Amino acid sequence: MSDHKTMTLTLIVWRQKNATVPGKFETYTAKNITSHHSFLEMLDCVNEDLIAAGKEPIVFDHDCREGICGMCSQVINGAPHGGQDRTTVCQLHMRKFKDGDTIYIEPWRARAFPIIKDLIVDRAALDTIIQAGGYTSCHTGGVPDGNAILIPKPIAEEATDAAECIGCGACVAGCPNGAAMLFTSAKVSQLALLPQGRAEAATRVKNMTAAMSQCGFGNCTNHYECMAACPKGINVKFIARMNREFIKAQFA
Amino acid sequence: MILDGKCPTGPIEKTWDKHRFDLKLVNPANKRKYNIIMVGTGLAGGAAAASLGELGYNVQAFCYQDSPRRAHSIAAQGGINAAKNYPSDGDSILRLMYDTIKGGDFRAREHDVWRLAQVSNNIIDQCVAQGVPFARDYAGYLDNRSFGGAQVSRTFYSRGLTGQQLLLGAYSALSRQIKAGTVKMHTRREMLDLVVVDGVARGITVRNLVTGEIETHAADAVCLASGGYVNVFYLSTNAKGCSVTANWSAAKKGAFFANPCYTQIHPTCIPQAGEYQSKLTLMSESLRNDGRIWVPKNKADIGKLPADVPEADRDYYLERKYPSFGNLAPRDIASRNAKEACDNGLGVGPGGRGVYLDFADSIKRLSEDTIRERYGNLFEMYEKITDENGYKRPMRIYPAPHYAMGGLWVDYNLMSNIPGLFVLGEANFSVHGANRLGASALMQGLSDGYFVIPYTIGGYLVTVKPGDVKNDHPEFKKSVEDVKARTNKFLNINGKKTITEFHRELGKVMWNDVGMARSKESLTDAIKKIPAIREEFWQNVKVTGSGAELNQQLEGAGRVADFLEFGELLAKDALHREESCGGHFRVEHQLPDGEAKRNDADFSYVGAWEFKGNDKEPELHKEPLKFETIHLAVRSYK
Repeated sequence: MSDHKTMTLTLIVWRQKNATVPGKFETYTAKNITSHHSFLEMLDCVNEDLIAAGKEPIVFDHDCREGICGMCSQVINGAPHGGQDRTTVCQLHMRKFKDGDTIYIEPWRARAFPIIKDLIVDRAALDTIIQAGGYTSCHTGGVPDGNAILIPKPIAEEATDAAECIGCGACVAGCPNGAAMLFTSAKVSQLALLPQGRAEAATRVKNMTAAMSQCGFGNCTNHYECMAACPKGINVKFIARMNREFIKAQFA
Repeated sequence: MILDGKCPTGPIEKTWDKHRFDLKLVNPANKRKYNIIMVGTGLAGGAAAASLGELGYNVQAFCYQDSPRRAHSIAAQGGINAAKNYPSDGDSILRLMYDTIKGGDFRAREHDVWRLAQVSNNIIDQCVAQGVPFARDYAGYLDNRSFGGAQVSRTFYSRGLTGQQLLLGAYSALSRQIKAGTVKMHTRREMLDLVVVDGVARGITVRNLVTGEIETHAADAVCLASGGYVNVFYLSTNAKGCSVTANWSAAKKGAFFANPCYTQIHPTCIPQAGEYQSKLTLMSESLRNDGRIWVPKNKADIGKLPADVPEADRDYYLERKYPSFGNLAPRDIASRNAKEACDNGLGVGPGGRGVYLDFADSIKRLSEDTIRERYGNLFEMYEKITDENGYKRPMRIYPAPHYAMGGLWVDYNLMSNIPGLFVLGEANFSVHGANRLGASALMQGLSDGYFVIPYTIGGYLVTVKPGDVKNDHPEFKKSVEDVKARTNKFLNINGKKTITEFHRELGKVMWNDVGMARSKESLTDAIKKIPAIREEFWQNVKVTGSGAELNQQLEGAGRVADFLEFGELLAKDALHREESCGGHFRVEHQLPDGEAKRNDADFSYVGAWEFKGNDKEPELHKEPLKFETIHLAVRSYK
């Protein structure tokens, strides 16, 4: 365990009252922060100070605080989730920063994610993409035994690699085009790989990519920023797979 | 009042099938005339909303997060139990039922548990059909792992992400219904009141967390699938938004709260590092399959590097005390033993609140790669939080509040004592008794959601006329006024302390006095302290901002205010239950070897509390428990 000496940091934080008024950066000081504080715990401390001073605390999305719900969403020093490999903001710890650092904190910025307040954005567009086809059309009940259709381990593993997506939207925030290709391709690939999802693969990929465009997401121009930003390490090979599925679907 | 669970009679093997046949059906053409409200869209609520929508009902679903995909079910790591008996190691529906009843220390209702075990197999099939990528072997068959409290391998899993994969399965089924128009999803809404008209649940009042608008929604039935309440301890493994608010609002309208003192303290969590800490992180107890738990035998070895403590000077206390279950002893036993070791001054890490979970032997036996394949994400998570490498040195773990076995009282149909109010998943009390076994929460959530409520709710709906009460009824108006008045009260106190300070203060009382070991003295003390904190809260809390905007302080104020009332009830339930059972451990009631000592003669019942206001004593209603299939016995894991 590293030592417990405390740090003082300067935060430059995006504040915006709501979607209709312009936002701006405000400067705050974070005091008495240890290396074991998580990034969000550091913000909690700043907020406690703001409340004590009669000021409005910074609002940000967060929930599980263990890196799986996908709720937290901040761009830190220009990098979605702070740029630590495969780490959400809530799992980012202050040991990655030094005493005296200045930290810029912004919301996800993308056309399809309007700002709600401060660091909170509206990510309903990601739900819309899933609603367009991110499922198998099975009914509750009336399905075969779980072992009736064998799935070789490598296929199950690759499908799981894709299924690890937490839907946080960092891929969109990281993409210069604001594209949701990595997000969409992860679901398309998971279900296309598995025999249970194969039957609807063609309609699924068409409908989900159409929803993606309608929601205002941009296109992919192979920057790979999405993969760099993804806290679950989802691989861009799934975008290639989605493109293949998309082309196949044109002939299906 | 003596409560009746309305369980079916006859041989247990036939009860659920017979009951399903006996339930009246709603004509397919009539289903669309019924509105059903679903509060919470985790495993139970998401599965239920999807299944009910598919059946043809109109479902209005609500969650406080920005998407149903984020419910805290997502954080369950280890797995889901089912009685498939694929490994042919002696499993059966009856054995799963037996293990669950025994694991729950004989405080659950047999019929509900039988049903759970019976439908467990359907759940696996359902999830596979949805494209949930369970772990498979090279031949393509589903793989199983072992879990605490069982001697068979019946746990299905997907890496350390089982909850996420199952939730995303339910979310995908729900998304399909949202697209089809049978489910209307309301995200970023928090239920603040249950609307009861002439004794029947008719709707809810919610706050739109973005605009601050107070909305009412009427329906023919209201389902709560709003999760558990262990954030009453402040530090827990729950998500920050988890609260008792939806359940408590129903309790304040007359729904009985059953067994609130049955709380589970999970043994394998990362120890607290400092005061500022906002939550505790759990690591799946599946780690106990390959990790060995120990503390140094001698206090002199506490500060040493674990590798420097010789084998002979380590106490593998679970293996020593429970040779047949060893490190896989049930959660309550594993947690209490860790506390005991630390209380005896043998704990390791900051504040001496930790024990080692050591993988060295397994790595030697199986290779580091195998361990990485099984638990890689957990080791990664541990390293991110503690800055320590679990492959190179033992992890440090300590128990943390994790799950609420207690919840709103429901009958066999999952209906509360308020007609038209159904409660699913962790929010109800039904199947886990006084202690839940690992990999059983996911099973219960999906069982209630996919395979129980779609049948049982029909039996109620046929008795009501659809759309009988609309949200222009005076009770809805009154509910909105009440909610607005409370909101204004929070905003106008303008005191000195933040909601977090109050929540922490309550949490400390709950953890110290109502935590892993409870006594008459500590509980009496808590029952004095909690109202004092509550009183100060209403005088001195500071809530910034306004009610007409996104305001996280205001959201938190409501949740903490409810915990300050509910915590007292929890302590009172714990005080009244003069026995130890499962997660409820009273130091006055223990066997000479420190094991929980049940009192079946006096306490073999469900304790369901009727809340009558903060200034009045709650009234206890009892539902006697009968054990006809599994015989009452002293729980032994030795």
